[in-house]
Amino acid sequence: MDYSAKVMDHFLNPRNMGSIENSDGIGEVGNAKCGDVMKIFLKIEGDRITEVKFQTFGCGAAIASSSMATELIKGKTLEEAWRLSNKAVAEALDGLPPIKVHCSMLAEEAIHEAINDHIRKKGLEPWID
Amino acid sequence: MVINNCEGVGVTVENMKIYMDNSATTPVKKEVVENMILYMTENFGNPSSIHDLGKTSKHAIENARKKVAKAIGAGESEIYFTSGGTESNNWAIKGIAFANRNRGKHIITSSIEHHSVLHACEWIEGQKFEVTYLPVDKYGLVSPEELKSAIKDDTILISIMFANNEIGTIQPVEEIGKIARENRIYFHTDAVQVVGHIPIDVTKMNIDLLSLSGHKFQGPKGCGALYIKTGTKIETLIHGGDQERKRRAGTENVPAIVGLGKAIELATDEIEESNKILFEMRDSLIRGLITIPKTHLNGHPTQRLANNINVNFEYIEGESLLLMLNAKGIFASAGSACNSSSLETSHVLTACGVKPEIIRGSLRLSLGMMNTLKDVDKVLEILPEIVQKLRNMSPLTPQEYRTL
Repeated sequence: MDYSAKVMDHFLNPRNMGSIENSDGIGEVGNAKCGDVMKIFLKIEGDRITEVKFQTFGCGAAIASSSMATELIKGKTLEEAWRLSNKAVAEALDGLPPIKVHCSMLAEEAIHEAINDHIRKKGLEPWID
Repeated sequence: MVINNCEGVGVTVENMKIYMDNSATTPVKKEVVENMILYMTENFGNPSSIHDLGKTSKHAIENARKKVAKAIGAGESEIYFTSGGTESNNWAIKGIAFANRNRGKHIITSSIEHHSVLHACEWIEGQKFEVTYLPVDKYGLVSPEELKSAIKDDTILISIMFANNEIGTIQPVEEIGKIARENRIYFHTDAVQVVGHIPIDVTKMNIDLLSLSGHKFQGPKGCGALYIKTGTKIETLIHGGDQERKRRAGTENVPAIVGLGKAIELATDEIEESNKILFEMRDSLIRGLITIPKTHLNGHPTQRLANNINVNFEYIEGESLLLMLNAKGIFASAGSACNSSSLETSHVLTACGVKPEIIRGSLRLSLGMMNTLKDVDKVLEILPEIVQKLRNMSPLTPQEYRTL
């Protein structure tokens, strides 16, 4: 697979890998049969993401996308994190091969799920795109 | 080997490379290359030319043909050179189907064939032929009983591979050949992975057509052969000039044919001694790998090619495993190399009943003569660490299999 140096770096040295005990929001998307499962854990103070971790089952692009996406939303407000697009994740990785673009979409969806999990826990209406 | 860091700077990791992808392709032997060079430079003549230069090339091809025939127990006039395994398989299936369609329109194959057989079969289904895809058991074996009951009055061809490229399972070829002969049905076998690993005798095994490919046994790429038993009714696939007894047109790839001839001679002379070494490496790899928890061997435990190891690791995905192995200088594949760029799961493992949730975590290590027991030890040292790293990363891994 022809990955950029940045994808390989994030794949071989993933940032924010792991889980958060007592997290404030968890988002899990994808399924094992399709080859990707991504799980994002958020620690939130006020409306700001103070800590973020991920667990990913998937190809190099899926792991690199998770690593990059978590880097991009760390310290951001929930609204800023919500607006992170899959395109921005792919661009930050210096591009993904066309058949791997769905991996960056998975990262965007996992973040949305995690934010909505937090919002639901607070008894509020989940956000929609 | 060198990999690039995030700034695009080459970083040398470890000064070692372990190539365990010999079912994808093999390096060409030095003495094979030496034989070939002469037919690209001084002896460059077209074998169809009348002059001495042409005759020299023609003799070289006939010499190579003898070697191929000897390697599989065939007659010289029964060997036809092609562009490789894919062409040989296409020719066998389409050629037999169209030449015998007045006799019948039914073909039997298996669900774990190489894509050059499966896709050719799917194509002829569109040409009003009927194809039965036999199931396999969990080891990838075709049942001779099921084959017998699939035979119909209008069955014209049975095409079952000699040994599988992904899981290494060796089919009961002699038994299948016997069934085909008793029912007067042509029997084709794709032996691309077999040459140099199992002695072949087309007469004893009742094989009517056999495909082989040079680059799987340390010959050049882009050259293979189809054995066609004398008297077999088969259509031509490539039309044009009078080459290959008017059955396969196109100027012969002389250097590659010369290389294939030399390579098959060397590979079949060494089967016993090379298998001894390969078996030892294969079995210590398998023994070592299955000590990793939640790891399963794919394919048959004993009826398997001497160079094939295929395992499934639960909770992890194959591509990331291969990339991490690559970063450590270990070159392997998930299944067949032909399909690694597509995102489809292995049709072979699916047919063997491997559960969809764990099918993505497969790894094929295919050994060759450049591998040593030291390589085996190195792989057994590195691989469990990588599997653990990926399991720690995976949301599917139960707590008891995590170290973080």
